[in-house]
Amino acid sequence: MREAVNLDAIDRRIIDGLQGDFSICERPYQVAAERLGISEEELLQRLDRLLETRVLTRFGPMMQIERVGGSFVLAAIAVPEADYERVAGQVNALPQVAHNYRREHLLNMWFVLATETPAGIGEAIARIELDTGLQVHAFPKEREYFVEMKLAAR
Amino acid sequence: MSGIYPLDETDRALIVAVQGGLPRVPRPYHAIAEQTGLAPEEVMRRLQSMLDGGAIRRIGAVPNHYAIGWTANGMTVWDVDDARIDALGAQVGALDFVTHCYRRPRALPAWPYNLFAMVHGSSRDECAAKAAHIRALLGDACCASDILYSTRILKKTGLRLSA
Repeated sequence: MREAVNLDAIDRRIIDGLQGDFSICERPYQVAAERLGISEEELLQRLDRLLETRVLTRFGPMMQIERVGGSFVLAAIAVPEADYERVAGQVNALPQVAHNYRREHLLNMWFVLATETPAGIGEAIARIELDTGLQVHAFPKEREYFVEMKLAAR
Repeated sequence: MSGIYPLDETDRALIVAVQGGLPRVPRPYHAIAEQTGLAPEEVMRRLQSMLDGGAIRRIGAVPNHYAIGWTANGMTVWDVDDARIDALGAQVGALDFVTHCYRRPRALPAWPYNLFAMVHGSSRDECAAKAAHIRALLGDACCASDILYSTRILKKTGLRLSA
């Protein structure tokens, strides 16, 4: 697991201040930069650097796939240690896999499938089971009590 | 907000163009317009409409939470009495340190847990303290629990529509 990288106060302001509400207008970076008290040029340079160093994984619009008729499902596999890298490669190769984490448990691979149609979930699971030879456990949400993935830089 | 916001072909092409990220240039929507062959005003109008309609959740930065200091990330899971889970799930979801909270099906016998809540910290001790807080809130409605810490990000691209 990678260590936290050094961020200065301006980086933190960018990370904390730009997790949403980026404007849709001709010069959105200028609008954001003014709010942050820096120049547009500095914001663009810092965003490039934060993306290059993988402090940010992306900068842009985040879709709500269910809102456009698609589905989003958490799933897990119990992967034998000896096969872990192979299975990770096979699972990650599917574009429907939005993210994937190794976790400490017998079920040691947890990923999220996002598809444009509800039927796409079953197809992706069938494909993963065929490719890996392992059973996929699906944990579709039955109720959403809260979701807001905004964490301030520490 | 309820119902579906259907994407037409142009919306979809626009999403495909921006899903990897906005260009870091002074006029990013103009750059997208050039790339997709749409007018800049059309790009901005459609993105605004998708944002207002909830098809776009938000526009901004997606941090790697490990890199910004949240090096311990635990998926806490709980076996909660079915008759009480909705009331308790709402309370757990309302805790200020929980970023996601869902009810999901059990997969017996291997997986007895039906409530999932993500907690984050700079150490596992910090996550464990947050889990203890949830445990106290659930009280005798919960008979088993676990914390699954992530030890590696295998993939984090976010969802992608195929081009």
